[in-house]
Amino acid sequence: MGDSNPEGIRVGRGVFLAAMAGGVSSLLWGKTVWSRVSHAIAPVESLVPLVPSGGWRIYTVSGSLPAFDPATWRLGVGGLAEKPVTLDYHELRALPKTEQVSTFHCVTGWSVRNVRWGGVRLADLLQTVRPLPQAHALRFTSAERPYVDYLTLDQAKLHDVLLAWEMDAKPLPRAHGAPLRLVIPEMYGYKNVKWLERIDLVAAPASGYWEELGYDRDAWVGRSNGYST
Amino acid sequence: MSGRYVRRFSRTERVLHWANALGFLVLLASGLVLYLPSLAVLVGRRPLVKDVHFWSGIGWVCVLALVIVGGDRRGILRTARELDRFDRDDARWLLRRPPAPQGRFNAGQKLNAALTAAFTLLFLVSGLLLWLGERDTRFRFASTVVLHDGLMYASLALLVGHLYLAVLHPATRHALRGITVGTVSEDWARRHHAKWEPE
Repeated sequence: MGDSNPEGIRVGRGVFLAAMAGGVSSLLWGKTVWSRVSHAIAPVESLVPLVPSGGWRIYTVSGSLPAFDPATWRLGVGGLAEKPVTLDYHELRALPKTEQVSTFHCVTGWSVRNVRWGGVRLADLLQTVRPLPQAHALRFTSAERPYVDYLTLDQAKLHDVLLAWEMDAKPLPRAHGAPLRLVIPEMYGYKNVKWLERIDLVAAPASGYWEELGYDRDAWVGRSNGYST
Repeated sequence: MSGRYVRRFSRTERVLHWANALGFLVLLASGLVLYLPSLAVLVGRRPLVKDVHFWSGIGWVCVLALVIVGGDRRGILRTARELDRFDRDDARWLLRRPPAPQGRFNAGQKLNAALTAAFTLLFLVSGLLLWLGERDTRFRFASTVVLHDGLMYASLALLVGHLYLAVLHPATRHALRGITVGTVSEDWARRHHAKWEPE
């Protein structure tokens, strides 16, 4: 009786098609629904973590994560600047610190709300190194080779652009770019360079790592990289 | 106690099952390395893991197709029809209203098969969109990653239930013999699949 139930109803096909319809259509509504759900579960989330690592994913482009040694770490800020500086970790931590809470958006679709960053405003640091008149952009070099990225000087001077050494009231973890990363909340994650070790003032912006692979240089959240809100 | 064994799964069915299981586990492992920050940091080599994940996915689907094409195609089609049809006893079984004698597959197994098939196809579609979206904005949707992650959670839940029933639950774990060597005890079959008449 292998071919039993010829009179049965084709429920299997119905379940299959319903799951397919739900899955494919979720390409249109999935993110909206998920962000409402994660908003609703946020109070529970703070007690029992339901989503791994608060929704973060760690994207890297090389074999391993750069290691941070406070004794040897340096940040060089120079290029087309009147007063280039090199800071060690203690000098970095002595810079005037600001805190801000912002949402981190990845271009692949995930977001992490209410991240508490602590660090120095890039605009403040730029005042001390004094960009030369021919400087119109900045190149950010990561200790993770070959990751680089660029911002125009105007973008870099936005009020909430930080060089952050703290995340959620703790020193920036290794996976998030220890000891120092760029934070520019208006732009997608790939502009927020991790493991910063050099900032150079340059004449014009160029394409960074992901931009060489086709992503937009001006990575405004919601209005770049094929997205529109 | 007859002590006799009857054939429940053909060789094609068993190879298909284990090819599917192996592919799923390879994709789950490499996918979790990409998804979970703690594993991502531990393993590193993200570009390599991404390639492994992507090409295992392509390989998985190709192997499944090859097993069907190269194996007992008619038998698989017959099985698909068997899985598709639900009769009155299946409804009673799902509502836990005995007596609800079951055929070779019970109603839960039929639902599991329909969902597993849909999830596989949706994994393939969303995975391809993620891969293409990294190369061309026309394939980029903000919700693709939500779908791919959601499928992972949903199929993990199915897998945990399936493993519990197949390996641990005393009443059903005998079925494991059917999917490994192909046969199950006649007594067990009569008790759990009363309407099934083995060849």
